[in-house]
Amino acid sequence: MTLGEKPGDVPLLSVEEVVKRFPMPQSILGRIAGRPRLAVNALNGVNLSVHRGETVGIVGESGCGKSTLARCLVRLLDPDDGRVRFEGRDIGELAGAERRAFNRRVQMIFQDPYSSLNPRMTVRQILGEALSVHKMRPRRHISARIAELLDLVRLPQDAAGRYPHEFSGGQRQRIGIARALCVEPDVLVADELVSALDVSVQAQVVNLLLQLQEELSLTVVFVAHDLRLVRHISHRVAVMYLGKVIEIGPTEALFSAPRHPYTKALLDAAPELDPGRRSRQAAARGELPSPLDLPQGCLFNSRCPFSFERCFAERPLLGERGRGHRAACHLSEFGTPTFVASVKAPA
Amino acid sequence: MTAISPAAQPRRRRIRVARLPLTFVLGGLILGISLILAVFPSIFAPYDPIAMDYNAILAPPSLSHFFGTDSFGRDVFARVIHAYTVDMQIAIFATTGPLIVGVIVGALVGYAGGLTETLFGRVVDAVISFPFLVLVIAIVAVLGPGLTNMYIAVGVIDWVFYGRLVAGEVKVQKRLDYADAGRAMGYTPARIIFRHLLPNAITPAIVYWMTDMALAILLGSSLGYLGLGAQPPAAEWGVQIADGKNFMSTAWWISVFPGVAIVVTGLGFSLFGDGLAELLRTKR
Repeated sequence: MTLGEKPGDVPLLSVEEVVKRFPMPQSILGRIAGRPRLAVNALNGVNLSVHRGETVGIVGESGCGKSTLARCLVRLLDPDDGRVRFEGRDIGELAGAERRAFNRRVQMIFQDPYSSLNPRMTVRQILGEALSVHKMRPRRHISARIAELLDLVRLPQDAAGRYPHEFSGGQRQRIGIARALCVEPDVLVADELVSALDVSVQAQVVNLLLQLQEELSLTVVFVAHDLRLVRHISHRVAVMYLGKVIEIGPTEALFSAPRHPYTKALLDAAPELDPGRRSRQAAARGELPSPLDLPQGCLFNSRCPFSFERCFAERPLLGERGRGHRAACHLSEFGTPTFVASVKAPA
Repeated sequence: MTAISPAAQPRRRRIRVARLPLTFVLGGLILGISLILAVFPSIFAPYDPIAMDYNAILAPPSLSHFFGTDSFGRDVFARVIHAYTVDMQIAIFATTGPLIVGVIVGALVGYAGGLTETLFGRVVDAVISFPFLVLVIAIVAVLGPGLTNMYIAVGVIDWVFYGRLVAGEVKVQKRLDYADAGRAMGYTPARIIFRHLLPNAITPAIVYWMTDMALAILLGSSLGYLGLGAQPPAAEWGVQIADGKNFMSTAWWISVFPGVAIVVTGLGFSLFGDGLAELLRTKR
């Protein structure tokens, strides 16, 4: 249970012990020999709850499973184990009209502004199709609704008749936002919304999302690797490492007093804009372990400067560390470790 | 970067001929004329294509017989013009069915992937391991000569090529985010395949269709030459070339003019296909 949550309140979207593996291609010989099939362990028991009206940021380095999680949330992928619940219902069990209603209410915005729009459809066709398939408006009101949507995402009215290739990356992302919003969803899952855009355009698109969230009281899951961006827009932040949420908490608490050494390392590694300050040495040693072969015990033990025996034997649970702040670290179980003072690069 | 870019000004959507690819215009011109000749041959042909004139047997090209006459005294020019009807019909009838079947099957196979795709791949391998012409001749030999049986023979084999092309393209397209966006929107697989993926996957098949029509004319002429396609005395280029094969050194015009017609029509299809590829290229 996190802060600001009324007891007994059902989260709008909740992820329970979700596991997702992607099997590697295997040769016929290997199959005959009965060799175990290797699999990329993309998600290894993710827990997360998202409440109505909040923005949850999901951060982590590439390969940590952020995008896989985002795709599980909108049911583009089905988890191998665990479940995703929407308003308490397991989304894997929804079918027919319920499934369509879920698709309408939980929408996704994609990372790549170039491949996420059908190059052969005009903006009017893209939006009109979603509007008519979900019967959002009677046929004769569809044009008026498209005009409203273009206003909403600050695109000129004549954009409707144009094809995606006639727009810039930032404009395309706004078309993507309009497409997601046209079915009036409750939840928006934004997977790396602006990482493909120029920095100058990023702010515009992110601010647009913030305004829309307020205007339409949306619930947003914002997946990104840019920490400053996530800090700027999220109420709560979840940090992922190797397919697991290792720390989650209110944005300010998490950024000012991280309870997991990996979060600390991630924050320290973020580039500083102040030229007088030198970025501290990264607190995480070495490379990300292979997701084909996960370490025993804590997933972070091979890179953690503080690891001790228990970290190699027992995988820490995501435990309460005060005020809706949870971390999966044996150290933080006994109070706040003073990572700031003790983090020094090993000589 | 503001929301209003220079591109926001009202744009002219009219297609100007000068902006079209030259190959498209040239090919279109040749095909347009070919189609007119195919539909209204009698307007352009000065003689009946099967009327024999024993006073003008093997007459060389002249003002009264532009392309000369053949061994029965039939006007070669009239026969070349009338053959447009048969050969354009072969081009269209022999390829359109395979196009439609191949595109639909290919789209479904490409989207389904997995075992379906493997099985389809084996079918493709089985078909392309035989030389196309030999296979068609074998089928026609079983069914009997004639145009209808030729369409059947070509149709049984040819769809595989379209299927393979489209399956490959759909396989690429279905992994792009816009396909996922359709799925996240709750669209049915049929809508995603035929409304979203296919328009982006069909271009190579359409371009191949043009080449295939040229190939169909060649095939039709070859079968006509061998006596397995259009039957004499019908005017058909392959039949005409066969008619002239015994007179090559004395009356070259009997075979050469139908041959030129094949080359020009084939060129028309190829040019048109090239231009179409240019025109249909997806802008990203």
